[in-house]
Amino acid sequence: MRARGDGRVLPVAIILLAILAIWYVGTYAMNAPFQRDLDRRGGVTRSSTDFFIATMTQPKPTLPAPHQVATNVFENTFLRKITSNRSLVYHAGVTLASTLLGFAIGTALGILIAVGIVHFVSLDRSLMPWLIASQTIPILALAPMIIVVLAAVNLTGLLPKALISTYLSFFPVAVGMVKGLRSPDLINLDLMRTYHASGAQTFWKLRLPASVPFLFASMKVAIAASLVGAIVGELPTGAVAGIGAKLLAGSYYSQTIDMFAALIAGSVVALLLVTAVDLASRVVQRRMGARTA
Amino acid sequence: MHNPASQLQPASPAVPPAVSARGLGLTFETNDGPVQALADVDLTINKGEFVSFIGPSGCGKTTFLRVIADLEQPTQGAISVNGMSPQQARERRAYGYVFQAAALYPWRTIENNVALPLEIMGFSAADKRARIARTLDLVNLTGFKKKFPWQLSGGMQQRASIARALSFDADLLLMDEPFGALDEIVRDHLNQQLLELWERTSKTICFVTHSIPEAVYLSTRIVVMSPRPGRVTDVIESDLPRDRPLDIRETPAFLAIAARVRDGLRAGHSYDE
Repeated sequence: MRARGDGRVLPVAIILLAILAIWYVGTYAMNAPFQRDLDRRGGVTRSSTDFFIATMTQPKPTLPAPHQVATNVFENTFLRKITSNRSLVYHAGVTLASTLLGFAIGTALGILIAVGIVHFVSLDRSLMPWLIASQTIPILALAPMIIVVLAAVNLTGLLPKALISTYLSFFPVAVGMVKGLRSPDLINLDLMRTYHASGAQTFWKLRLPASVPFLFASMKVAIAASLVGAIVGELPTGAVAGIGAKLLAGSYYSQTIDMFAALIAGSVVALLLVTAVDLASRVVQRRMGARTA
Repeated sequence: MHNPASQLQPASPAVPPAVSARGLGLTFETNDGPVQALADVDLTINKGEFVSFIGPSGCGKTTFLRVIADLEQPTQGAISVNGMSPQQARERRAYGYVFQAAALYPWRTIENNVALPLEIMGFSAADKRARIARTLDLVNLTGFKKKFPWQLSGGMQQRASIARALSFDADLLLMDEPFGALDEIVRDHLNQQLLELWERTSKTICFVTHSIPEAVYLSTRIVVMSPRPGRVTDVIESDLPRDRPLDIRETPAFLAIAARVRDGLRAGHSYDE
């Protein structure tokens, strides 16, 4: 672990520095016209150093500077009560709840669909085109419809939002699990036949364990898709809390710094979620005898 | 036909042969038209025999083994296993099958791989433990029971798969080129162990191979097969003693049988291009 980390630190740091440098140049270029306009109308004359600093400290910049975003993220993460409406932890928590619920339902649904497809020829032939078609519909168009339809049957709150995550996350799990459940070699299936094993025994003792690596690989994709679903689900639905709601509010009031902070919060949550799935995958596969790489 | 198993188990009309095939044929329907994998096979294997099937690839030796195991369905003729249809025999778990590859489940330890058929067949926990201990001891893998398959060499993996096939005590053992992928030193060693095991357990063994020395060394009877269509061209009784040290392979008696096997293969045009 240590050796791998050591080899990575330098390249990652160099890329990070490059991104920051480009970002600062971009900040100056994007904010300078507005600042020039502002100064002209206010009759202010500045030195070029002073002008540069002004482009970096606008309250509602076109492109916020990295340090502005960093300060905002820090303040709203560590200096606020997590029950506060301004706390990023609070908004991330709201989004996380619907992400996890949607992911859990999506994973279960995906596994269920895969089991059906593998065991019933009719489902194999009929279901797959619909699954693929379902993923070509823009989720942004579908999300308000899901919320409205479910509200009509008195389903409001966490579940409708979670179902949007479900909609995005069941697909990779279903596709991965179909492949996983079909991964046992013919020789292993023949072996089960020589034991006169039942279909259920073949499933539990061969197909399911063989599909575990496929399940984790697709869960990694699915959890990231779930987060996207949760954020997108908050955008057009009038949600008052969550990273999506924060993004939308920021765009209404031109609070670009808040928007960038919300984006950062979203990526941190994504990173944590994918890492959590990865860790679970390592623990499980180690117990299932995987080679320690 | 002379019955070499009679000294082990008195042949009586009440004991059906382990395998009996009459006019057995199997035609696969492929995209390139029908392929006759087996034609007109007449063969009786008595209990306690060690029968090897030898022939070039495509001679149907593996197919015949798979028909006995009810993994393929014959299209002509009749076959019985322990006096039953292959399907009934399979449903009564009458045989253990050892494949060309060990086919161990990578997520199970060696002992849990051996436990697999026992779990499926519903043995009690205590019985399971006893059988795992006994069969792992039989193949000298007791110290490796907690290991995962990838931690073992190819030869040890194949021994584990033999233990798995033995664990539920079927009295018929079907082995499809089990040592084909192993190097010659390991193979010699496993051949010796297999003979000892056969001696101790008095099982009936059907053994597919394409090695003449292996077939002669192991068998009480050698079935020579030839391709296009797959058929039996010769059945050679071995008069070697039951106790066979490895150097028996240099004795004139051994070489004479090996020469007859080679002649049988040549007569079946197995050496033709």
